[in-house]
Amino acid sequence: MPFGLLKYALSKQYPGERHFPARKELRPSYDVVIVGAGGHGLAAAYYLAREWNITNVAVLDKGYLAGGNTARNTAIIRSNYLTPEGVRFYDESVRLYQDLANEFDYNLMYSERGHFTLAHTDAAMRTARWRAEVNKHMGVKSELVYPDEIARICPQLNMSRDVRYPILGALYHYPGAIARHDAVAWGYARGAHRRGVEIHTHTEVTGFEIDNGRVNAVRTNRGTIKCGKVLQAVAGMTSVVAGMAGFKLPIRTIPLQACVTEPVKPFLDPIIVSGSLHVYVSQSARGELVMGGSVDPYSLYNTRSTLDFKEELIMHMLELFPFIGRMRMLRQWAGMADMTPDFSPVMGETPVQNYYIDAGWGTWGFKATPVCGKRMAETVATGKVPDLIAPFALERFYRFAQVGEKGAASVGH
Amino acid sequence: MKIMNCPMNGPRNVSEFVWGGEVREMPDPAASDHEWAEYVFIENNTKGVVREWWMHAPTSYWFIAERNTETDEIVRTYPATELYNSRREFK
Ligand SMILES: Cc1cc2nc3c(=O)[nH]c(=O)nc-3n(C[C@H](O)[C@H](O)[C@H](O)COP(=O)(O)OP(=O)(O)OC[C@H]3O[C@@H](n4cnc5c(N)ncnc54)[C@H](O)[C@@H]3O)c2cc1C
Repeated sequence: MPFGLLKYALSKQYPGERHFPARKELRPSYDVVIVGAGGHGLAAAYYLAREWNITNVAVLDKGYLAGGNTARNTAIIRSNYLTPEGVRFYDESVRLYQDLANEFDYNLMYSERGHFTLAHTDAAMRTARWRAEVNKHMGVKSELVYPDEIARICPQLNMSRDVRYPILGALYHYPGAIARHDAVAWGYARGAHRRGVEIHTHTEVTGFEIDNGRVNAVRTNRGTIKCGKVLQAVAGMTSVVAGMAGFKLPIRTIPLQACVTEPVKPFLDPIIVSGSLHVYVSQSARGELVMGGSVDPYSLYNTRSTLDFKEELIMHMLELFPFIGRMRMLRQWAGMADMTPDFSPVMGETPVQNYYIDAGWGTWGFKATPVCGKRMAETVATGKVPDLIAPFALERFYRFAQVGEKGAASVGH
Repeated sequence: MKIMNCPMNGPRNVSEFVWGGEVREMPDPAASDHEWAEYVFIENNTKGVVREWWMHAPTSYWFIAERNTETDEIVRTYPATELYNSRREFK
Protein backbone atom coordinates (compact mmCIF):
# COMPACT_ATOMS: atom_id res chain seq x y z
CA MET A 1 0.00 0.00 0.00
CA PRO A 2 1.42 3.43 -0.88
CA PHE A 3 2.60 5.25 2.23
CA GLY A 4 0.46 8.29 1.41
CA LEU A 5 -2.66 6.15 1.61
CA LEU A 6 -1.56 4.33 4.75
CA LYS A 7 -1.24 7.71 6.46
CA TYR A 8 -4.98 8.22 6.03
CA ALA A 9 -5.76 4.76 7.30
CA LEU A 10 -3.78 5.25 10.48
CA SER A 11 -4.75 8.88 11.12
CA LYS A 12 -7.11 9.63 13.99
CA GLN A 13 -8.64 12.33 11.84
CA TYR A 14 -10.35 9.78 9.62
CA PRO A 15 -11.70 7.19 12.01
CA GLY A 16 -13.42 4.17 10.53
CA GLU A 17 -17.05 4.08 11.53
CA ARG A 18 -19.05 0.96 12.04
CA HIS A 19 -22.75 1.72 11.65
CA PHE A 20 -24.12 -1.18 13.57
CA PRO A 21 -22.45 -3.63 15.91
CA ALA A 22 -22.09 -7.33 15.18
CA ARG A 23 -25.09 -9.35 16.32
CA LYS A 24 -25.15 -10.22 20.00
CA GLU A 25 -27.04 -12.87 21.92
CA LEU A 26 -30.62 -11.93 22.78
CA ARG A 27 -31.09 -10.88 26.39
CA PRO A 28 -33.67 -12.82 28.40
CA SER A 29 -35.93 -9.79 28.72
CA TYR A 30 -36.59 -6.28 27.40
CA ASP A 31 -38.90 -3.47 28.46
CA VAL A 32 -40.11 -3.12 24.89
CA VAL A 33 -39.84 -5.54 21.98
CA ILE A 34 -40.49 -4.05 18.56
CA VAL A 35 -41.41 -6.55 15.84
CA GLY A 36 -40.18 -5.36 12.44
CA ALA A 37 -37.02 -3.37 11.73
CA GLY A 38 -38.44 -1.33 8.89
CA GLY A 39 -38.45 2.45 9.01
CA HIS A 40 -41.44 2.45 11.36
CA GLY A 41 -40.07 0.03 13.95
CA LEU A 42 -36.66 1.72 13.92
CA ALA A 43 -38.15 5.20 14.22
CA ALA A 44 -40.25 4.11 17.19
CA ALA A 45 -37.13 2.68 18.86
CA TYR A 46 -35.23 5.91 18.21
CA TYR A 47 -37.92 8.13 19.76
CA LEU A 48 -38.43 5.74 22.69
CA ALA A 49 -34.75 6.17 23.52
CA ARG A 50 -34.40 9.83 22.65
CA GLU A 51 -37.60 11.28 24.03
CA TRP A 52 -38.60 8.83 26.75
CA ASN A 53 -35.25 7.48 27.83
CA ILE A 54 -36.46 3.91 27.34
CA THR A 55 -33.44 2.05 26.04
CA ASN A 56 -33.92 -1.52 27.18
CA VAL A 57 -35.47 -2.15 23.79
CA ALA A 58 -34.97 -4.82 21.11
CA VAL A 59 -36.01 -4.38 17.49
CA LEU A 60 -36.40 -7.77 15.79
CA ASP A 61 -36.55 -8.47 12.09
CA LYS A 62 -36.77 -11.78 10.28
CA GLY A 63 -34.74 -10.43 7.37
CA TYR A 64 -31.98 -7.89 7.00
CA LEU A 65 -32.27 -4.30 8.22
CA ALA A 66 -35.16 -2.43 6.60
CA GLY A 67 -35.46 -4.79 3.65
CA GLY A 68 -39.27 -4.70 3.51
CA ASN A 69 -41.38 -1.92 2.07
CA THR A 70 -38.95 0.62 3.49
CA ALA A 71 -36.44 -0.52 0.87
CA ARG A 72 -39.01 -0.75 -1.92
CA ASN A 73 -40.98 2.47 -1.89
CA THR A 74 -40.76 5.33 -4.30
CA ALA A 75 -39.89 7.73 -1.49
CA ILE A 76 -42.53 10.41 -2.01
CA ILE A 77 -43.15 12.66 0.99
CA ARG A 78 -46.14 15.00 1.09
CA SER A 79 -49.01 16.15 3.27
CA ASN A 80 -51.65 17.21 0.72
CA TYR A 81 -54.29 14.78 1.95
CA LEU A 82 -58.04 15.13 1.96
CA THR A 83 -59.23 14.59 5.53
CA PRO A 84 -58.31 17.09 8.24
CA GLU A 85 -57.13 14.16 10.42
CA GLY A 86 -54.82 13.00 7.65
CA VAL A 87 -53.47 16.43 6.75
CA ARG A 88 -52.70 17.27 10.38
CA PHE A 89 -50.90 13.96 10.86
CA TYR A 90 -48.82 13.95 7.65
CA ASP A 91 -47.97 17.63 8.08
CA GLU A 92 -46.20 16.83 11.34
CA SER A 93 -44.25 14.14 9.49
CA VAL A 94 -43.13 16.52 6.72
CA ARG A 95 -41.96 19.01 9.35
CA LEU A 96 -39.98 16.30 11.15
CA TYR A 97 -38.47 15.17 7.84
CA GLN A 98 -37.31 18.66 6.95
CA ASP A 99 -34.99 18.72 9.96
CA LEU A 100 -34.13 15.05 10.17
CA ALA A 101 -30.80 15.03 8.31
CA ASN A 102 -29.50 17.69 10.72
CA GLU A 103 -30.81 15.84 13.72
CA PHE A 104 -29.10 12.61 12.57
CA ASP A 105 -26.02 14.33 11.16
CA TYR A 106 -26.58 11.97 8.26
CA ASN A 107 -27.36 12.73 4.65
CA LEU A 108 -30.91 11.66 3.78
CA MET A 109 -30.77 13.36 0.37
CA TYR A 110 -34.03 15.07 1.28
CA SER A 111 -35.00 16.94 -1.83
CA GLU A 112 -37.97 19.31 -2.01
CA ARG A 113 -39.32 19.16 -5.55
CA GLY A 114 -42.91 20.31 -5.53
CA HIS A 115 -45.62 17.74 -6.24
CA PHE A 116 -48.31 17.81 -8.93
CA THR A 117 -51.43 15.68 -8.73
CA LEU A 118 -52.76 15.96 -12.27
CA ALA A 119 -56.49 16.09 -12.95
CA HIS A 120 -57.89 14.80 -16.23
CA THR A 121 -61.60 14.88 -15.41
CA ASP A 122 -64.06 17.31 -13.85
CA ALA A 123 -64.39 15.00 -10.85
CA ALA A 124 -60.63 15.02 -10.32
CA MET A 125 -60.63 18.84 -10.60
CA ARG A 126 -63.27 19.02 -7.91
CA THR A 127 -61.25 16.73 -5.62
CA ALA A 128 -58.11 18.80 -6.28
CA ARG A 129 -59.97 21.98 -5.34
CA TRP A 130 -61.35 20.32 -2.23
CA ARG A 131 -57.90 19.10 -1.16
CA ALA A 132 -56.36 22.53 -1.83
CA GLU A 133 -58.94 24.18 0.44
CA VAL A 134 -58.56 21.64 3.25
CA ASN A 135 -54.77 21.93 2.99
CA LYS A 136 -54.74 25.74 3.10
CA HIS A 137 -57.14 25.71 6.01
CA MET A 138 -54.71 23.46 7.89
CA GLY A 139 -51.70 25.62 6.98
CA VAL A 140 -50.33 23.28 4.31
CA LYS A 141 -49.12 24.86 1.08
CA SER A 142 -51.21 23.45 -1.77
CA GLU A 143 -52.97 25.18 -4.64
CA LEU A 144 -55.12 24.40 -7.62
CA VAL A 145 -53.22 25.25 -10.82
CA TYR A 146 -54.26 25.34 -14.47
CA PRO A 147 -52.51 24.16 -17.65
CA ASP A 148 -50.57 27.40 -18.32
CA GLU A 149 -49.06 27.29 -14.82
CA ILE A 150 -48.31 23.56 -15.07
CA ALA A 151 -46.57 24.08 -18.42
CA ARG A 152 -44.49 26.88 -16.92
CA ILE A 153 -43.26 24.83 -13.93
CA CYS A 154 -42.94 21.51 -15.77
CA PRO A 155 -42.38 22.15 -19.50
CA GLN A 156 -41.53 18.47 -20.02
CA LEU A 157 -45.15 17.41 -19.58
CA ASN A 158 -47.21 16.75 -22.66
CA MET A 159 -49.98 19.35 -22.36
CA SER A 160 -51.52 18.49 -25.72
CA ARG A 161 -55.30 18.15 -25.75
CA ASP A 162 -54.93 15.58 -28.49
CA VAL A 163 -54.46 12.64 -26.13
CA ARG A 164 -56.81 10.19 -24.46
CA TYR A 165 -56.77 12.04 -21.11
CA PRO A 166 -55.81 15.73 -21.53
CA ILE A 167 -54.55 17.52 -18.42
CA LEU A 168 -57.19 19.96 -17.13
CA GLY A 169 -55.38 21.17 -14.04
CA ALA A 170 -53.53 19.94 -10.98
CA LEU A 171 -53.17 20.15 -7.25
CA TYR A 172 -49.74 21.70 -6.72
CA HIS A 173 -48.17 20.95 -3.37
CA TYR A 174 -45.04 23.02 -2.75
CA PRO A 175 -43.37 20.95 0.03
CA GLY A 176 -43.66 17.62 -1.85
CA ALA A 177 -40.28 15.89 -1.56
CA ILE A 178 -38.31 12.71 -2.03
CA ALA A 179 -35.60 11.27 0.22
CA ARG A 180 -33.30 8.31 0.22
CA HIS A 181 -35.44 5.64 1.91
CA ASP A 182 -32.58 3.39 3.04
CA ALA A 183 -30.80 6.32 4.64
CA VAL A 184 -33.92 7.19 6.64
CA ALA A 185 -33.99 3.70 8.13
CA TRP A 186 -30.22 3.62 8.71
CA GLY A 187 -30.29 7.05 10.35
CA TYR A 188 -32.98 5.92 12.78
CA ALA A 189 -31.18 2.62 13.38
CA ARG A 190 -27.87 4.35 14.11
CA GLY A 191 -29.52 6.90 16.40
CA ALA A 192 -31.37 4.18 18.29
CA HIS A 193 -28.32 1.95 18.55
CA ARG A 194 -26.16 4.81 19.88
CA ARG A 195 -28.68 5.32 22.64
CA GLY A 196 -28.54 1.68 23.69
CA VAL A 197 -31.30 0.00 21.67
CA GLU A 198 -30.49 -3.49 20.35
CA ILE A 199 -31.29 -4.32 16.74
CA HIS A 200 -31.50 -8.02 15.94
CA THR A 201 -31.86 -8.89 12.27
CA HIS A 202 -32.48 -12.46 11.04
CA THR A 203 -34.61 -12.97 14.13
CA GLU A 204 -38.11 -14.09 13.26
CA VAL A 205 -41.01 -13.70 15.64
CA THR A 206 -42.97 -16.95 15.71
CA GLY A 207 -45.47 -16.36 18.52
CA PHE A 208 -46.38 -14.61 21.75
CA GLU A 209 -47.12 -15.69 25.30
CA ILE A 210 -50.30 -14.04 26.42
CA ASP A 211 -51.72 -14.42 29.93
CA ASN A 212 -55.08 -13.00 30.94
CA GLY A 213 -55.18 -10.92 27.81
CA ARG A 214 -51.75 -9.44 28.46
CA VAL A 215 -48.60 -10.10 26.46
CA ASN A 216 -45.53 -11.04 28.47
CA ALA A 217 -43.14 -12.86 26.15
CA VAL A 218 -42.18 -13.04 22.50
CA ARG A 219 -41.19 -16.34 20.87
CA THR A 220 -38.53 -16.17 18.17
CA ASN A 221 -36.45 -18.60 16.14
CA ARG A 222 -33.62 -17.71 18.57
CA GLY A 223 -35.53 -18.42 21.74
CA THR A 224 -38.21 -16.82 23.91
CA ILE A 225 -37.75 -13.38 25.44
CA LYS A 226 -39.78 -11.75 28.17
CA CYS A 227 -41.12 -8.30 27.46
CA GLY A 228 -42.97 -5.46 29.10
CA LYS A 229 -44.60 -4.21 25.95
CA VAL A 230 -44.74 -5.14 22.29
CA LEU A 231 -45.01 -2.87 19.27
CA GLN A 232 -45.86 -4.61 16.01
CA ALA A 233 -44.75 -2.84 12.79
CA VAL A 234 -44.55 -5.48 10.05
CA ALA A 235 -46.43 -3.94 7.09
CA GLY A 236 -47.40 -6.73 4.64
CA MET A 237 -47.14 -9.40 7.36
CA THR A 238 -49.51 -7.53 9.70
CA SER A 239 -52.33 -10.11 9.66
CA VAL A 240 -49.93 -13.04 10.09
CA VAL A 241 -48.18 -11.56 13.14
CA ALA A 242 -51.42 -10.22 14.67
CA GLY A 243 -52.82 -13.73 14.17
CA MET A 244 -50.07 -15.04 16.47
CA ALA A 245 -51.33 -12.59 19.08
CA GLY A 246 -54.90 -13.71 18.45
CA PHE A 247 -56.63 -10.77 16.77
CA LYS A 248 -57.68 -9.72 13.28
CA LEU A 249 -57.52 -6.48 11.36
CA PRO A 250 -59.30 -4.71 8.51
CA ILE A 251 -56.26 -5.30 6.31
CA ARG A 252 -55.53 -7.05 3.05
CA THR A 253 -51.99 -7.72 1.82
CA ILE A 254 -51.78 -6.57 -1.79
CA PRO A 255 -48.59 -6.17 -3.83
CA LEU A 256 -47.52 -2.75 -5.03
CA GLN A 257 -45.02 -2.69 -7.88
CA ALA A 258 -42.53 -0.08 -9.06
CA CYS A 259 -39.68 0.26 -11.54
CA VAL A 260 -36.83 2.54 -12.61
CA THR A 261 -35.35 3.49 -15.96
CA GLU A 262 -31.69 3.77 -16.79
CA PRO A 263 -30.16 6.97 -15.36
CA VAL A 264 -30.12 10.10 -17.51
CA LYS A 265 -29.12 13.71 -16.86
CA PRO A 266 -31.52 15.67 -14.67
CA PHE A 267 -34.52 16.92 -16.63
CA LEU A 268 -37.50 16.44 -14.32
CA ASP A 269 -37.61 18.47 -11.15
CA PRO A 270 -41.16 18.11 -9.75
CA ILE A 271 -42.86 14.89 -8.72
CA ILE A 272 -45.71 14.08 -11.10
CA VAL A 273 -48.69 12.02 -10.02
CA SER A 274 -51.88 11.27 -11.86
CA GLY A 275 -54.74 9.83 -9.88
CA SER A 276 -56.89 9.11 -12.90
CA LEU A 277 -54.07 7.43 -14.83
CA HIS A 278 -52.73 5.66 -11.73
CA VAL A 279 -49.12 6.61 -12.32
CA TYR A 280 -46.47 8.60 -10.53
CA VAL A 281 -42.91 9.51 -11.41
CA SER A 282 -39.94 11.42 -10.08
CA GLN A 283 -36.31 11.63 -11.11
CA SER A 284 -33.91 10.39 -8.46
CA ALA A 285 -30.65 12.10 -7.56
CA ARG A 286 -28.95 9.34 -9.56
CA GLY A 287 -30.94 10.29 -12.66
CA GLU A 288 -33.29 7.31 -12.85
CA LEU A 289 -36.98 7.83 -13.42
CA VAL A 290 -38.66 6.16 -10.46
CA MET A 291 -42.16 5.09 -11.48
CA GLY A 292 -45.10 3.30 -9.98
CA GLY A 293 -48.78 2.69 -10.44
CA SER A 294 -51.72 1.43 -8.46
CA VAL A 295 -51.73 -1.70 -6.32
CA ASP A 296 -52.18 -5.12 -7.93
CA PRO A 297 -55.73 -6.24 -8.68
CA TYR A 298 -55.77 -8.98 -6.00
CA SER A 299 -54.18 -9.91 -2.67
CA LEU A 300 -50.90 -11.83 -2.51
CA TYR A 301 -48.07 -12.59 -0.06
CA ASN A 302 -45.45 -12.46 -2.78
CA THR A 303 -43.17 -9.91 -4.40
CA ARG A 304 -43.23 -11.19 -7.96
CA SER A 305 -43.32 -8.70 -10.85
CA THR A 306 -45.89 -8.77 -13.65
CA LEU A 307 -46.08 -7.74 -17.27
CA ASP A 308 -49.63 -6.42 -16.72
CA PHE A 309 -48.24 -3.80 -14.34
CA LYS A 310 -45.66 -2.58 -16.85
CA GLU A 311 -48.13 -2.42 -19.72
CA GLU A 312 -50.62 -0.36 -17.74
CA LEU A 313 -47.97 1.97 -16.34
CA ILE A 314 -46.04 2.58 -19.53
CA MET A 315 -49.17 3.15 -21.60
CA HIS A 316 -50.03 6.14 -19.40
CA MET A 317 -46.47 7.34 -18.88
CA LEU A 318 -45.98 7.63 -22.62
CA GLU A 319 -48.98 9.89 -22.82
CA LEU A 320 -47.51 12.23 -20.20
CA PHE A 321 -43.90 12.07 -21.43
CA PRO A 322 -43.82 10.67 -25.00
CA PHE A 323 -40.02 11.03 -25.28
CA ILE A 324 -39.31 8.45 -22.55
CA GLY A 325 -40.29 5.79 -25.08
CA ARG A 326 -36.60 5.78 -25.97
CA MET A 327 -35.44 4.99 -22.45
CA ARG A 328 -34.74 1.50 -21.14
CA MET A 329 -36.19 0.03 -17.99
CA LEU A 330 -33.54 -1.10 -15.53
CA ARG A 331 -35.27 -2.76 -12.63
CA GLN A 332 -38.73 -3.77 -11.51
CA TRP A 333 -39.79 -4.94 -8.06
CA ALA A 334 -42.69 -5.19 -5.62
CA GLY A 335 -43.52 -4.83 -1.95
CA MET A 336 -46.43 -6.20 0.06
CA ALA A 337 -48.72 -3.35 0.99
CA ASP A 338 -51.01 -3.62 4.04
CA MET A 339 -54.19 -2.05 2.64
CA THR A 340 -57.09 -0.79 4.77
CA PRO A 341 -60.63 -0.19 3.45
CA ASP A 342 -60.52 3.56 4.24
CA PHE A 343 -56.94 4.16 3.06
CA SER A 344 -55.90 5.35 6.51
CA PRO A 345 -53.50 3.58 8.86
CA VAL A 346 -54.27 1.60 12.01
CA MET A 347 -52.31 2.85 15.02
CA GLY A 348 -52.54 2.41 18.75
CA GLU A 349 -54.10 -0.14 21.08
CA THR A 350 -55.17 -3.69 20.29
CA PRO A 351 -57.40 -6.22 22.05
CA VAL A 352 -54.21 -7.53 23.77
CA GLN A 353 -52.93 -5.48 26.70
CA ASN A 354 -49.48 -3.93 26.35
CA TYR A 355 -49.51 -4.88 22.68
CA TYR A 356 -49.55 -1.94 20.28
CA ILE A 357 -50.02 -1.88 16.55
CA ASP A 358 -48.61 0.23 13.75
CA ALA A 359 -50.09 -1.04 10.48
CA GLY A 360 -52.31 -0.31 7.51
CA TRP A 361 -49.59 1.72 5.80
CA GLY A 362 -50.43 0.39 2.38
CA THR A 363 -48.91 2.59 -0.28
CA TRP A 364 -48.48 5.69 1.89
CA GLY A 365 -46.35 4.82 4.92
CA PHE A 366 -42.86 6.02 4.03
CA LYS A 367 -43.81 9.67 4.42
CA ALA A 368 -45.27 8.87 7.83
CA THR A 369 -42.14 7.20 9.20
CA PRO A 370 -41.04 10.07 11.50
CA VAL A 371 -44.44 11.07 12.89
CA CYS A 372 -45.56 7.50 13.33
CA GLY A 373 -42.33 6.53 15.11
CA LYS A 374 -42.61 9.55 17.36
CA ARG A 375 -46.28 9.10 18.24
CA MET A 376 -46.12 5.33 18.61
CA ALA A 377 -43.15 5.79 20.97
CA GLU A 378 -45.29 8.21 22.99
CA THR A 379 -48.14 5.69 23.03
CA VAL A 380 -45.91 2.85 24.20
CA ALA A 381 -44.08 5.00 26.77
CA THR A 382 -47.12 6.63 28.36
CA GLY A 383 -49.78 4.03 27.69
CA LYS A 384 -51.96 6.88 26.39
CA VAL A 385 -52.85 7.42 22.74
CA PRO A 386 -51.98 10.98 21.59
CA ASP A 387 -54.81 13.03 20.04
CA LEU A 388 -52.97 13.22 16.74
CA ILE A 389 -53.30 9.48 16.11
CA ALA A 390 -56.50 8.73 18.06
CA PRO A 391 -58.69 8.91 14.90
CA PHE A 392 -56.71 5.99 13.46
CA ALA A 393 -57.56 3.50 16.22
CA LEU A 394 -58.41 -0.07 15.22
CA GLU A 395 -61.77 0.18 16.96
CA ARG A 396 -62.91 2.96 14.60
CA PHE A 397 -64.21 0.19 12.34
CA TYR A 398 -66.52 -1.05 15.07
CA ARG A 399 -67.86 2.50 15.51
CA PHE A 400 -68.28 2.90 11.72
CA ALA A 401 -66.00 5.94 12.04
CA GLN A 402 -63.57 5.40 9.20
CA VAL A 403 -61.20 8.16 8.11
CA GLY A 404 -61.89 8.03 4.38
CA GLU A 405 -58.73 9.05 2.55
CA LYS A 406 -60.10 7.61 -0.66
CA GLY A 407 -60.11 10.94 -2.47
CA ALA A 408 -56.42 11.23 -1.82
CA ALA A 409 -55.42 7.62 -1.84
CA SER A 410 -56.47 6.66 -5.33
CA VAL A 411 -53.30 8.62 -6.01
CA GLY A 412 -52.15 6.88 -2.86
CA HIS A 413 -48.45 7.52 -2.64
CA MET B 1 -49.70 -13.55 -19.10
CA LYS B 2 -51.55 -15.19 -16.27
CA ILE B 3 -54.53 -17.32 -17.24
CA MET B 4 -57.59 -18.07 -15.14
CA ASN B 5 -60.12 -20.70 -16.03
CA CYS B 6 -63.62 -19.25 -15.95
CA PRO B 7 -66.20 -22.00 -15.29
CA MET B 8 -68.44 -20.46 -17.95
CA ASN B 9 -66.03 -18.96 -20.51
CA GLY B 10 -62.97 -21.18 -20.23
CA PRO B 11 -59.36 -19.99 -19.91
CA ARG B 12 -59.01 -16.19 -20.12
CA ASN B 13 -56.37 -13.59 -19.30
CA VAL B 14 -56.51 -12.77 -15.58
CA SER B 15 -56.90 -9.08 -16.45
CA GLU B 16 -60.47 -9.90 -17.57
CA PHE B 17 -61.39 -10.87 -14.01
CA VAL B 18 -62.32 -8.87 -10.94
CA TRP B 19 -61.33 -10.05 -7.49
CA GLY B 20 -64.22 -10.19 -5.01
CA GLY B 21 -62.49 -11.23 -1.79
CA GLU B 22 -62.86 -14.21 0.51
CA VAL B 23 -66.02 -16.31 0.60
CA ARG B 24 -67.56 -15.86 4.04
CA GLU B 25 -70.81 -16.67 5.76
CA MET B 26 -73.03 -13.59 5.98
CA PRO B 27 -74.28 -12.85 9.51
CA ASP B 28 -77.94 -13.00 10.37
CA PRO B 29 -79.53 -9.66 9.38
CA ALA B 30 -80.49 -9.19 13.04
CA ALA B 31 -76.90 -9.70 14.25
CA SER B 32 -75.25 -6.99 16.37
CA ASP B 33 -73.47 -3.97 14.89
CA HIS B 34 -70.22 -5.48 16.14
CA GLU B 35 -70.78 -8.66 14.14
CA TRP B 36 -71.72 -6.69 11.05
CA ALA B 37 -68.65 -4.45 11.36
CA GLU B 38 -66.53 -7.56 11.57
CA TYR B 39 -68.17 -9.04 8.49
CA VAL B 40 -67.87 -5.85 6.46
CA PHE B 41 -64.37 -4.68 7.43
CA ILE B 42 -62.29 -7.31 9.19
CA GLU B 43 -60.27 -9.68 7.01
CA ASN B 44 -58.73 -13.10 7.51
CA ASN B 45 -56.11 -12.06 4.96
CA THR B 46 -55.08 -15.70 4.77
CA LYS B 47 -51.58 -16.65 3.74
CA GLY B 48 -52.07 -19.93 1.88
CA VAL B 49 -54.97 -21.47 -0.03
CA VAL B 50 -58.11 -19.37 0.17
CA ARG B 51 -61.61 -19.62 -1.32
CA GLU B 52 -62.67 -16.43 -3.08
CA TRP B 53 -65.32 -14.75 -5.20
CA TRP B 54 -64.18 -13.72 -8.68
CA MET B 55 -66.07 -12.20 -11.59
CA HIS B 56 -65.43 -12.48 -15.31
CA ALA B 57 -66.04 -8.82 -16.15
CA PRO B 58 -67.06 -9.02 -19.84
CA THR B 59 -69.85 -11.45 -18.96
CA SER B 60 -70.55 -10.30 -15.37
CA TYR B 61 -70.34 -13.92 -14.28
CA TRP B 62 -69.53 -14.51 -10.59
CA PHE B 63 -67.90 -17.78 -9.56
CA ILE B 64 -65.58 -19.22 -6.92
CA ALA B 65 -61.83 -19.76 -7.14
CA GLU B 66 -59.41 -21.44 -4.79
CA ARG B 67 -56.12 -19.64 -4.90
CA ASN B 68 -52.78 -19.89 -3.11
CA THR B 69 -51.91 -16.40 -1.85
CA GLU B 70 -48.27 -17.35 -1.27
CA THR B 71 -47.44 -18.84 -4.66
CA ASP B 72 -49.95 -16.96 -6.87
CA GLU B 73 -51.34 -20.28 -8.14
CA ILE B 74 -55.00 -20.77 -9.00
CA VAL B 75 -55.85 -24.17 -7.61
CA ARG B 76 -59.43 -24.61 -8.82
CA THR B 77 -62.39 -22.59 -10.16
CA TYR B 78 -66.05 -23.63 -10.06
CA PRO B 79 -69.60 -22.24 -10.23
CA ALA B 80 -70.98 -20.77 -7.02
CA THR B 81 -73.78 -23.33 -7.13
CA GLU B 82 -71.29 -25.88 -5.76
CA LEU B 83 -71.47 -24.03 -2.44
CA TYR B 84 -74.81 -22.28 -2.62
CA ASN B 85 -77.43 -24.68 -3.92
CA SER B 86 -80.56 -23.68 -2.07
CA ARG B 87 -82.48 -20.46 -1.65
CA ARG B 88 -81.94 -18.57 1.58
CA GLU B 89 -84.80 -16.59 3.11
CA PHE B 90 -84.29 -13.44 5.18
CA LYS B 91 -87.16 -12.54 7.44
C1 LIG C 1 -43.51 -0.11 -4.49
C2 LIG C 1 -43.88 0.73 -3.28
C3 LIG C 1 -43.90 2.12 -3.38
C4 LIG C 1 -44.24 2.92 -2.28
N1 LIG C 1 -44.17 4.26 -2.41
C5 LIG C 1 -44.39 5.06 -1.34
C6 LIG C 1 -44.21 6.47 -1.43
O1 LIG C 1 -43.83 7.00 -2.48
N2 LIG C 1 -44.45 7.22 -0.33
C7 LIG C 1 -44.86 6.66 0.85
O2 LIG C 1 -45.10 7.41 1.80
N3 LIG C 1 -45.02 5.33 0.97
C8 LIG C 1 -44.78 4.50 -0.09
N4 LIG C 1 -44.93 3.14 0.03
C9 LIG C 1 -45.37 2.56 1.32
C10 LIG C 1 -44.21 2.44 2.29
O3 LIG C 1 -43.11 1.83 1.66
C11 LIG C 1 -44.59 1.59 3.50
O4 LIG C 1 -45.86 1.96 3.99
C12 LIG C 1 -43.58 1.75 4.63
O5 LIG C 1 -42.28 1.58 4.15
C13 LIG C 1 -43.87 0.78 5.73
O6 LIG C 1 -42.78 0.75 6.63
P1 LIG C 1 -42.71 -0.30 7.77
O7 LIG C 1 -41.51 -0.05 8.55
O8 LIG C 1 -44.03 -0.31 8.48
O9 LIG C 1 -42.67 -1.71 7.01
P2 LIG C 1 -41.41 -2.55 6.34
O10 LIG C 1 -40.35 -1.67 5.87
O11 LIG C 1 -42.05 -3.48 5.37
O12 LIG C 1 -40.88 -3.33 7.60
C14 LIG C 1 -41.54 -4.42 8.16
C15 LIG C 1 -40.50 -5.42 8.61
O13 LIG C 1 -41.13 -6.44 9.38
C16 LIG C 1 -40.38 -7.61 9.19
N5 LIG C 1 -41.18 -8.78 9.61
C17 LIG C 1 -42.28 -9.30 9.03
N6 LIG C 1 -42.69 -10.39 9.70
C18 LIG C 1 -41.84 -10.57 10.73
C19 LIG C 1 -41.74 -11.53 11.78
N7 LIG C 1 -42.61 -12.55 11.92
N8 LIG C 1 -40.71 -11.40 12.67
C20 LIG C 1 -39.81 -10.40 12.55
N9 LIG C 1 -39.87 -9.46 11.57
C21 LIG C 1 -40.86 -9.54 10.68
C22 LIG C 1 -40.04 -7.60 7.71
O14 LIG C 1 -38.91 -8.40 7.45
C23 LIG C 1 -39.80 -6.11 7.45
O15 LIG C 1 -38.42 -5.76 7.46
C24 LIG C 1 -44.61 2.30 -1.05
C25 LIG C 1 -44.61 0.91 -0.94
C26 LIG C 1 -44.24 0.11 -2.03
C27 LIG C 1 -44.24 -1.38 -1.88
